[in-house]
Formats: sequence, C-alpha cells, structure tokens
Amino acid sequence: MSVILIDVALFSFLLLTAFAIVRLRNLFAVTMLTSVFSLLSAGLFVTLDAVDVAFTEAAVGAGISTVLLLGTLSLTPHDEKPATRSPLLPMLVVFITGAALIYGTMDMPAFGSADAPIHQHVGPDYIERYPHDIDMPNIVTGILGSYRGFDTLGETAVVFTAGIAVILLLHRSTLGRRRREDEEEDL
Amino acid sequence: MHHHLILRIVSKFLIPPILLYALYVQFHGDFGPGGGFQAGVIFAAGFILYGIVYGVSHLRRVLPPALVRALAALGVLIYAGTGVVSMFLGFNYLDYAAFASDPAHASHGQHYGIIVIEFGVGLTVFAVMTAIFMAFASRAPEIKDTDW
Repeated sequence: MSVILIDVALFSFLLLTAFAIVRLRNLFAVTMLTSVFSLLSAGLFVTLDAVDVAFTEAAVGAGISTVLLLGTLSLTPHDEKPATRSPLLPMLVVFITGAALIYGTMDMPAFGSADAPIHQHVGPDYIERYPHDIDMPNIVTGILGSYRGFDTLGETAVVFTAGIAVILLLHRSTLGRRRREDEEEDL
Repeated sequence: MHHHLILRIVSKFLIPPILLYALYVQFHGDFGPGGGFQAGVIFAAGFILYGIVYGVSHLRRVLPPALVRALAALGVLIYAGTGVVSMFLGFNYLDYAAFASDPAHASHGQHYGIIVIEFGVGLTVFAVMTAIFMAFASRAPEIKDTDW
C-alpha cells in the first residue's frame, strides 16, 4: 500500500516537473528541473528494486548531465526564444506516439510476473550457476562483469570513444584561438 | 569568483567526502549497489565541483589534460588487458577463473577479475567525464559573479 502511495507521489511530481519544463522559458530553471526529473526517476527505480539503475540515474542524469547542461548554458542566452510556429502538429505527433506506446504496453506481461519472457531466457541459468561460478553478494555486478564481460568491455569502449570524439571536436575548434592566448592552455 | 568565501570553503569541505564515497562505491560494488561506472561519475563530480568553484585553469593544474586523456585510454587498456592476461594463462578471453590460485575455487579468480575490470571502467568513466567537462568549460568565459 505504502509503495503505491510512493509511486503515485513520485509520478505526480514527475508530471508536474514535466509540465513546468514545458512552460518555463528560463533555461537555468529548466536545467535544474531536468535534474529534479532525473532524481524522481531514480526514486522510481528504487521502488522497482533496481538500486543499481537508480544509482546510475542519480549520478549521471541528476549529476553530470546537469553540470554539462549548465556548462552549455554559459555559452548560450539564458532565456528560450518564444515559439513562432503553431504547436498543433508537434502536439499531434506526441499524442499519437504516446497512444502507440500505451497500446504497446497492453501486450506486455504483468509487472513482476515470473512468466515474463525476460525471466525465461538466460536469467534462470545465470541465477542457478551464479553461487558456484562467481558468488559475490551483488549479483548485478557479477553478471555484468563476468557473464556479460564482453558487453561491459564494449560499453567502456563506447564511453572512451565518445570522450575522444568530444575532445577532438571541441579541442580543434578552439585550438587556433588558444594557441594565441596561452601556449600552455590545452584541451 | 574570489570573494565567494562560503562557496569556496564549503566545497573544500565537500570534495574529500565525495572522492572518498566514490572510492567506496568503486571497491564496494561487489557487495552493494554501484560499481566502476557510478564510482567514475562520482569521482569526476568531485573534480568538476572544484573546476566550477575555482575555475577550469585551477582544475587543469590539478589534472593536466594530457593526464586525463592518458587515464581514459588506460582504463580501457586495463579492461582489455585483463582479457589478454587470462588468454595467456590458458583460459578464454575475459574468463577470470584464470586468476584463481586454486583451480577448485574458480570463483575467487572471478572476484579478482571483476575488481580489476571495474577499476578499468571507473578510470575511463572518470577521465572521460572530466575531459568532457573541461572541453565544455574551457570554451566558456569564467562565470561572472553576477551570474551566480
């Protein structure tokens, strides 16, 4: 019962935050509200018992993304320009997409159902072999690090590649100006 | 931002616990929630807080960009290298059972392997997050006092 209450409260706050983000023109406030949105999502993940996901959402969504958005904000004006076009077409697209997504959930298994396809594939096998193979208290870390070690290696490589791409793009464009300003300045 | 005394002192107090917490998340990831990815982000947050409050030029003195780039590559190298080492020990790529001192307890090797690769992930994520912040922040003029 209390979980339902918490869910309702979190979802109401999510909705309020989303509406506030749409309505507000001050980009600083919008950035802070997106951070709040991420934090509320993290709370929802906790009620779903996905603590690792919640942790990531709180650290990345509410933390680093907000800082990067603030960094971008210092390069741009602080207020959003008022929209000149009619919002009817975007509204229509959003409503149709939303309706399609909700229609899609009709086919999904009930929340927490043991018969869900996701629990029929490799999951039971992992859980059965885990105590013998790895046996660490946090099964999520064990599965991600060992059974799915190749995936995690790929993810690390993606993070690395993304970082290199950003450094290359932002580094090159400022290189000429930098060199004139300060020989030591780098990156 | 020289006269924001409270901001500077408070962030000085906050940064050490942030870094310590990141290390806790890193090395306690096999017992509780967390792991290399989250730890790297939190560790980067500590340095980014320093960069925001004291300016990117100070941050560059603490963490030279060349070092950050090297750390990003080193993390991936540690992860991929773990797999190569396990191959040299006669096991499959990234089969951490290779690191067990006693083949009867292969899970011990798994523990070692996971701690090492999580460290690699943490290093790369920390370095990339810091590098992205530095790349963005060094394009912007220092934040004026009136903007706070």
